[in-house]
Amino acid sequence: MPEHATSQVSRTETGVWTPRIVGFLCYWCSYTGADAAGTARMKYPANVDIIRVMCSGRVDPELITTAFSRGADGVLVCGCHIGDCHYINGNHKTMARMPLIRKVIEGMGIEPDRFRHEWVSAAEGEKFKEVVTDMTAKVTALGPLNWPQLMYDRGVGHGHDLKPWGE
Amino acid sequence: MSGNGDAAPKLKVAMYWAASCGGCDISLLEIGVNLLELIKIADVVFWPCAADFKYQHVADYPDEYIDVCFYNGAVRTSEQEEIARLLRRKSKTLISYGECAIDGGIPALANLTNPKGIYDAAYHHNPSIDNPDGVEPQPITECEYGELEIPKFYDQVLRLKDVVEVDYEIPGCPPQAERVWEAIQAVAGGAVPARNNAVKVACFDKSVCDECPLEKRLTKIKEFKRPHEARPEPDWCLLEQGFVCLGRATRSGCGALCIKGGLPCRGCYGPSSNVEDQGTAMISAIASILDAETEERAKQLIDEIVDPVGTFYRFSLGSSHLKAHK
Repeated sequence: MPEHATSQVSRTETGVWTPRIVGFLCYWCSYTGADAAGTARMKYPANVDIIRVMCSGRVDPELITTAFSRGADGVLVCGCHIGDCHYINGNHKTMARMPLIRKVIEGMGIEPDRFRHEWVSAAEGEKFKEVVTDMTAKVTALGPLNWPQLMYDRGVGHGHDLKPWGE
Repeated sequence: MSGNGDAAPKLKVAMYWAASCGGCDISLLEIGVNLLELIKIADVVFWPCAADFKYQHVADYPDEYIDVCFYNGAVRTSEQEEIARLLRRKSKTLISYGECAIDGGIPALANLTNPKGIYDAAYHHNPSIDNPDGVEPQPITECEYGELEIPKFYDQVLRLKDVVEVDYEIPGCPPQAERVWEAIQAVAGGAVPARNNAVKVACFDKSVCDECPLEKRLTKIKEFKRPHEARPEPDWCLLEQGFVCLGRATRSGCGALCIKGGLPCRGCYGPSSNVEDQGTAMISAIASILDAETEERAKQLIDEIVDPVGTFYRFSLGSSHLKAHK
């Protein structure tokens, strides 16, 4: 049993499974937007583990596949609206990367709802709340992804018992 | 091919062919006249593709009898796994030779489906198949002479290093002869330790762009084209012209062979030294030079890329983050 295979323990004290979503938020807009949601005391699920990045253009697709491959149930990427980027055109790269990585993720059999890309400005606390609430509900409905366990069961990777097909 | 009895003991070299096309075996012959040099310093003690050795010969060798063993191809059947373990035991240095053994290569694309899908395509639903009785190969078949056994077909394709410990890796599909000869000389001269931890040799650390003769004009991709659809303009970066060229995410060492021949790089040397996952690195690179000002335009352009998973992970799915289809 790989050590990360136990990462799917319940995240609440009630013992009910809730998803673990990794959120990459850009510093200048979306993180401030999430902060705005917090300052305004809006209620939304605590399922998104926020990772602050300087720009959504910094979110290499590698980070998204890494999150999934290490057990995330969903990945959320938020950045400034097009035209609002602090670095002028950093989010133009996000804009082109996200549809492409989505194709790869879906090509590997991960449900489309597990990956979401949204533009959230610093003033859009309300939007951030809605995005997180909606995404959490959708991923909860899909259930755990647990990619490390899936790959372990499929026998792909180091040190797994090889089993002939049909046995 | 036995020892010549001279004072200096000859190296004992082996090569094995697993789930691969056979190109690796041929690429070793590509070293040309250096083969004569190789024969001077080494004895071949196992090479099923070129000489008549049986597995029993290898099993009869003492442990660590073979000095250098090249293993090409991925591990797909019980036979390949068994021989991988046997050769590991009998070899001082085990080298993954070629992309299939290192990153899964083309065979690892089978991990995007499952054996059921593969059998279906190979034996049932295929325009070129005539199989009215629905016959499939079985591990054990009864016939008048008794039981016949063939190796078992595994659920998945694995890299050599998923099965046994590997000392060195020579990337490429196939590895280029010049690099291979350099590697052989290094091993023969004792310049490298016998045991190591899957260190890549016979290649460079930079990307294929470093060796590419074409000019980068810093233009953006306006449309995607496939090699059979258009003739590339000479002397201009193929990716900028819209041909999906994996050079930016691929390790160098080949000398940009395909590109010099007018074809975009297919990524056969695997991810370059600072890249973990070749496909996502390529996505990053392509997206950075996409000529799109709006989201709609970006999506429209990206839809022009045919089979993104198969293209970006053509040779490295086994070493990618996600590894296989769910």
